[in-house]
Amino acid sequence: MRTITEVSERIVETPSTVTLRFRYAPSALPGQFVMIWLPGDDELPMSLSYTGESKGVTIKAMGATTRAALSIPAGAPVGIRGPYGNHFDLTPKRILLVGGGSGTAVLAPAAEAAARSGGSVVSALGATTAAELLFLDRARGFSETVEVATDDGSRGHHGFVTDVSQRLLSEREFDAVWTCGPEVMMRKVIAAAEPRHVPVFCSMERQMKCALGMCDACALGPYHVCTDGPVFPAPQLAALPEFGRTKRDSSGRKVPL
Amino acid sequence: MVDLRTTVAGISFRNPLWLASGIWGESGNSLKGAWDAGAGGVVTKSIGSEPRLGYPNPTIETYDKWGMLNAMGLPNPGIAEYPQEIEVARSAGATVIGSVFGADADEFAALAGRMAATGVVAIELNLSCPHAKGLGSEIGQDPDQVRDVVAAVKRAVRIPVIAKITPNHYDVPMLAEAAENAGADAISAINTVRAMAVDVRLRRPVLAHGSGGLSGPAIKPVGLACVWQIYERVKIPIIGIGGIISADDVIEYLLAGARAVQVGTAVAFEGIGIFHRLREDLSTRLAALGVATTGELVGAGHRGAGAA
Repeated sequence: MRTITEVSERIVETPSTVTLRFRYAPSALPGQFVMIWLPGDDELPMSLSYTGESKGVTIKAMGATTRAALSIPAGAPVGIRGPYGNHFDLTPKRILLVGGGSGTAVLAPAAEAAARSGGSVVSALGATTAAELLFLDRARGFSETVEVATDDGSRGHHGFVTDVSQRLLSEREFDAVWTCGPEVMMRKVIAAAEPRHVPVFCSMERQMKCALGMCDACALGPYHVCTDGPVFPAPQLAALPEFGRTKRDSSGRKVPL
Repeated sequence: MVDLRTTVAGISFRNPLWLASGIWGESGNSLKGAWDAGAGGVVTKSIGSEPRLGYPNPTIETYDKWGMLNAMGLPNPGIAEYPQEIEVARSAGATVIGSVFGADADEFAALAGRMAATGVVAIELNLSCPHAKGLGSEIGQDPDQVRDVVAAVKRAVRIPVIAKITPNHYDVPMLAEAAENAGADAISAINTVRAMAVDVRLRRPVLAHGSGGLSGPAIKPVGLACVWQIYERVKIPIIGIGGIISADDVIEYLLAGARAVQVGTAVAFEGIGIFHRLREDLSTRLAALGVATTGELVGAGHRGAGAA
């Protein structure tokens, strides 16, 4: 069943990203996702960017529905079901967070929980340009150090966030890496962490319909992202030929990422 | 020791618990996963001539543990690309049944021919999807079209042909008879029951498509009645579908006349491990009942019972 709730607050995070906050009572853990229905339009799987009773999702304009979602006003009704899927294991104490673009949305609540329970977080955030850096202020709140990279060099390192995370991995010791962003980026994060034996956990995105482990829309190798994920330990992903290369469209056909 | 092996239309299955069409069936890895989890056979997603995206979300509404409503809209990768998925499952040893849907007898026959070439053991004809215009039950509610489709497919393939029948008709057994008369080798019954969800606050249907099909425990009594009645009207084997979640559910379908069953919605409730659990529970339950093979129970409910 869905709960119809109202958008309590709409926050413009970047020119292409908006956070919608709403009251939704069921408890959720960082890393889990909800299905959010925009009545009259689509229903989307969205990782929670806020997991308390006042929850939130942070939506980036990608397709027609996400573009429309950006203009949803406070007070608008939305349908929520979930939360679904697994979550980040919060036991590691020294965390490296690597967020690419809107991928930081799902990492932020996990990092906040880790910091609250005495962990230390170092964050590497990447974006196309300075204005698109998501949750920079929020990251300063939960991180010991925040480093940024932009494709155009408008802020921080001029280049890939993986250049930054690779350097951080060589300079410091970490118990775990949490990452979300383009799969090519996550592949590079895994490649850099593997020789140092730092476990990497990736939050994955795929087309979803049922979110209940039934319809097969989010099939990823032998896994279903909705029930086996969305958080995957790197060894589960590294062996998959589709990781970083293909996804399935709504028909189930394999298409390039 | 209970022997769960089951023969349907001359094909041997390691147990009577099949994965239903539409569940875990879009990708070969998932079909393999269901097989590895213990399913006796795995039915593919219904495949059409061309890739089909299906309906926008919401495509699902859930009702705790008693039912589920869906209008997926027959999404599928299309027959040109699907054989590579079947190959993944077949190379893992899975017994695969290929489900197809079409708009008329010619399309069904062409698809069935291409599906048969992938090495599936049987074809299941989707004559029963309740939410796709010009397809599924819109064809399957007309006994003349059922006859034409089955006859055309029988001419096109040598492997057994299973007609999957809709419950959304005033005389369900008549549809099964039409399939049998046209040469069908078995009947699957039932597909989902046409249904709808409406949201009070939004004053609109929940599913993007409007109506959909109800599955899960809520429809088990409907499925049992259909299987029971079909058993009294046709001689070909029946595969029972609808709301199966326990060993007793399976036995009820056997008693009503099913030789095998399909499990779908329960996978969402319990995960794919349900096949292992059902297989173990069924063995235990049949042993306790002093039953050596599932075949002993097929239709046994009819002997000495009044007409339904």
